[in-house]
This record gives sequence, C-alpha cells and structure tokens, in this order.
Amino acid sequence: MTARLLPWLFVLVMAVGPLWLGDQYILYVLTSTGIFIIGAMSLNLLLGYTGQLSLGHIAFFGIGAYTSALLSLGFDLDLGGAEPFVLGPQPVWVAFLGGILVAALFGFLIGKLAFRVRGAYFVIVTISFAQVMRMVALNWVDLTEGPMALNNIPPLSVWLPWDGVIPLYRKEYNYLLVLAVAVVCFLVIQRLVQSRVGRALVALRENESLARSVGIDVTRYLVVATVIAAGMAGAAGGLYTHYIRIVDPDVFMFIYTVTMVIMVVTGGKGTLAGPIVGGLAFGILPEVLREVARPEVQWIIYGVAMIVVVFFLPQGIVPAVRNWFAGRRKRVAATALGLRKETSA
Amino acid sequence: MEAHLQHLLNAVVLGGTYALLGIGLTLIFGIMRVVNFTHGELYTFGAYMAYMLAGMMGLNFFMSLAMAAVLGMALGALIEFTLLRPLKGADIDTTMLVMIGAGIAMQAGEQLVWGGVAKSVPSPFPAEPVVLGSVSVGMNRLFVLGVALLLLGGFYLLINRTTLGVAMRATFQDPDTAALMGVNRGLMYTLTFALGSGLAATAGALLGPIFVVTPTMGDLVALKAFAIVILGGLGNIPGATIGGFVLALAEEFGAGYLSSGYRDAMGFLLIIAVLIVRPQGLFAMKERIG
Repeated sequence: MTARLLPWLFVLVMAVGPLWLGDQYILYVLTSTGIFIIGAMSLNLLLGYTGQLSLGHIAFFGIGAYTSALLSLGFDLDLGGAEPFVLGPQPVWVAFLGGILVAALFGFLIGKLAFRVRGAYFVIVTISFAQVMRMVALNWVDLTEGPMALNNIPPLSVWLPWDGVIPLYRKEYNYLLVLAVAVVCFLVIQRLVQSRVGRALVALRENESLARSVGIDVTRYLVVATVIAAGMAGAAGGLYTHYIRIVDPDVFMFIYTVTMVIMVVTGGKGTLAGPIVGGLAFGILPEVLREVARPEVQWIIYGVAMIVVVFFLPQGIVPAVRNWFAGRRKRVAATALGLRKETSA
Repeated sequence: MEAHLQHLLNAVVLGGTYALLGIGLTLIFGIMRVVNFTHGELYTFGAYMAYMLAGMMGLNFFMSLAMAAVLGMALGALIEFTLLRPLKGADIDTTMLVMIGAGIAMQAGEQLVWGGVAKSVPSPFPAEPVVLGSVSVGMNRLFVLGVALLLLGGFYLLINRTTLGVAMRATFQDPDTAALMGVNRGLMYTLTFALGSGLAATAGALLGPIFVVTPTMGDLVALKAFAIVILGGLGNIPGATIGGFVLALAEEFGAGYLSSGYRDAMGFLLIIAVLIVRPQGLFAMKERIG
C-alpha cells in the first residue's frame, strides 16, 4: 500500500515544495534538472531495458528543440524551386507536438539503420549521428541561423480557468509543466516495461540469441523502443527550447548525452526510479559545485564521479538501496525467528 | 586536372596521420576489447607536450616530438594500469563508461592547465611550399607524411616480425591460450595501450605546428578515428590503415567538390553508406550480428 502511494507522495512534494519555497533560482535549477530527467528516463528505456548503449541520445533532444522552435517561429526554405517553401508561425503546442513527431521519426530511421550492428559499432554510429546533427545545425544557416542561434522563441502557453490562455513566462508554471510532462513520461514508461513489449526488451537484453530463438522480433522491438525514447527526448527538447527561448548548435554536444548517461547509470539503469534519483543528484551537484569550484574542476569531478560510480556502485543507487533493505528485512526476519526459538526452548 | 592532383596529394598527406590514429585505436580494441574514449585526449596531450617542450622550453622540435611520443606512452600505460587493469573481465559497456569519464576529466584537466586560448607550436620548416610540377605542398606536411609512413612501416614490422608482435597477435586471437603458452597477458595489455596512446600522442605532436593546439582539438579527431576503425573493422590493423586514407580522400574531395562545411561529416556519411550497402563491413568483421 505505502509502496504504491510513495511515488504520488513524491510528486506531491515536488509540486508543492519548491513553489512554497518560492526561490526563483531553486525553481530554475529544478526546471532544467526536470528537463534532463525526462531525457534520462527516455535514455533508460534504451540503455537500461534493451541494454543498448546509445551515445547519440542528445540528437533527439536537439531535433525536438530545433523543430519545435522553427515551427513556432515559422521559416522559409529554398528547396530549389521557383518559390521558396514558406511556413508561418504555428501555435506553440502544435510546434511542440511537431518536435516530438519529428524526433520520433528520426528515432525510427536511426533505429532501422543503427540496429544492424551491435556493441561498439552501435555506440560509435550513434555518437556520429549526434555530431552530424550538430554540423547540420551549424552549417544550414538559412534554416537554423547556424551559430547565431534561433532567438525569441515563444514560450509554451496554457489555458487557466481564471486567466484564459496565457503564455508561460513565469518560472512556477514552467516548473509545474515540466513536472507534469515528467509524470506522463514516467507512467508511459512504467506501462511499457510492464507490458509484453517490456518483457521482450528485457529478454533480448539478457540473451539476444535466446530471445530471437523463441520468436521475438528483436529488431522490431528495438526500433519501437527507440521511437518512443526519441519522442520523449524530443518532448524534453521542446520543453527546453520554449523555456530557455534560445537554441544553438551546442545543444547537440556530446557532454549532454554523457550527462544523461551518468544520471541513468548512477541512479540504476533498468529501474524506473533510477533516472530520477540519478538525475536529481547530477542536476543539483553542478549547482552546488559552482559555489566552490571553477567549471574545469567541476568537469574533472564529473568525470571522476563517473569512474567512481562504475567502480563502486556498478548497479546504481536504486538497486543498491533495494538490496540493502532486502538484506535488512532478511536479518530482521532471522532475528525474529531466533527469538521465537529461544522462547520455545 | 591540377585541382584533382592537389586534392589527391592533400588527401595522402592527411591520410598518413589518420592511419596513425586509426591503428592505435583499432589495436587497443582488437587486443583489449576496450573502446578507448581517451584516444582524442592523448592526441591533445601529445600536441600540448610538443608545445611545452618546443614552444615554451625552446627544445629542438624533433627532440620534442620524440619526447611527446614517450610521454604519451607513459600516460597510456598509467591509464591502463590504474583504470583498466582493476576492471579486467568487465563487459565492454562498463569499460566504455570508465573511459568516457577519464576522457572528460582529462579534457577538463587540459583546460585547467593550459587555458582555453589556442597555442601554436613553432615549426622548424621554411614556410614556402615545395612545388612539384603543377601541385605544391608545405615542407612541414611532407615531414608529417614521412614520419607517419615510417611509423606505419615500423609498426607492421613490430607486429609481424618480432617476438613481441607474435605475443600481441596471440593475445588478440585467443587470450587464454596465449597465457598458457607463457605470454604475460597483463604486460601485453599495458604495452598495447601504451603503444596505441603513443601513436595518438605522436599524431598530435606532429600536427601541432600545422594546426593550433586547443583543449577540445581531440573531440573531432576521436570521432574520425572511430569512423576509420569502423570502416576498416574494429581490431583490423590493415583495415584501419586503408580506412585512414579512404576517409582522407572522402574529406578532401567532399570538401573540394561538395561543401566544405560538411567536411567533418564525411566520416559519418561513409559509415552510413557502409551500413546500407555492406552491413557486414568493408573488411571481415567479427563483432556484427543481425
């Protein structure tokens, strides 16, 4: 009973607590952390449940961010015809959904292509994919403005009974929106991994040849997982772009993928709560370090933390805590048993 | 025609360094099953060592080059000894994460020590290019090509003609049997990593006087090295050598005739083409399934 209520209690605390504190800086940190946690949750679907180390995940985030920004700003595209293709500014939510769709579409294409290979080959193909996206964003200046970045991206809007439709400039609303999207993503992933698809994914993670031999269409399930993960990463990118309201090619940097990987691995890959625990730790850590260390030192600590986690907590925090509790329960049960023996004797 | 020839010449010069980077990475993967994410940082380390020795301390350039190579090997051996040796038997993803962490820490360390401002290494060669008929090439680039070819040749002799090479190849083919035959496997791993790292550091020191030295210079180079070893097949040394020249050709002609902005994307396009046309790879590849 308590185990089922605990996640909702956590959501309630996260929804009320920061607003009650009312500190704008804390809200900003938690909002950007929440966006990255959504990205980490979607990465966990691939990394944790299918066991594929996809190191190009930020590409889907960036594609979602750029697509959503471009759709909401409107753009014109010279396709070589007589008239350039012109698209006026679209409503922000249409743009946001467009970002998710385009990211998912790329997930489909890249999934089809990259899952022809496994292991180190797969890792390198996915990294290269993100790098090429960065180069496209840098060089296709007509569309993306290149290094000049896309500016003045409109914020998302919401309908409130007491205000009507308002654009979300305020940090409180953005924070709650990110929290809501995170909850939706969590529920989708939870349903997915507890379904037939989820069991197929775990089966192929544990033993791909065996999974194949019992009739699981491995590549199809991998592509399905990639499409969903890419769509969610695209949603995180959309939230990011309408919150920060500027997007430049640096959004595709490898270090952001690494941040998401650290979050998943630290929290515990293949667990539902892992990316959230790891995400909160590594979202807040840089802000704490900022007070005491230069950025370079921060990155050194980041890198060392990654090594330390792999060495000493290879399963991640969540499984370690779970094992500790399970062990304690066993010890408690054993002592209780011992006591009963003593009284009966 | 002259333009073709000039591109071809540039590609050959570039391909030499690419091959050096590629064989270092592929050697480490082949023998140790480790995807080395510090490769680009060792390249950067080599360039900074050349800058420190030749630029700051005023040592002879050729001497600095040799010392940068030795220091690169030492750093590689240190990484293997402290990070990879305790992880022996861990799966490929685990070592990959550790190497990514090490790569991040190393790059931030370089940033901390040398700052973000680009440095340049003084070149010992005259600035005017050598003119060969209708094409021309800088003296310093010719020197880079010469050293690269020399190292490639020496590397082949080492692998194919020496006892050490036999031991390395044996470890590559079957680590357990090699150990039973009296090969010191731990030593082989340390030597392999040191050798691969030394090649990367040498490439960095060689290219230091041609480009500028920055803490992030290794990022793109590492990606290119990855593309090269994929083209040639992970663990395939002749494949990586050919892959280095293939990538250089694709970049030179792609930049010359298509678009220079996408020059650095050529490696990825090549990988995609290989995956579509020949998913089993250009050369024999063991790792692939599906």
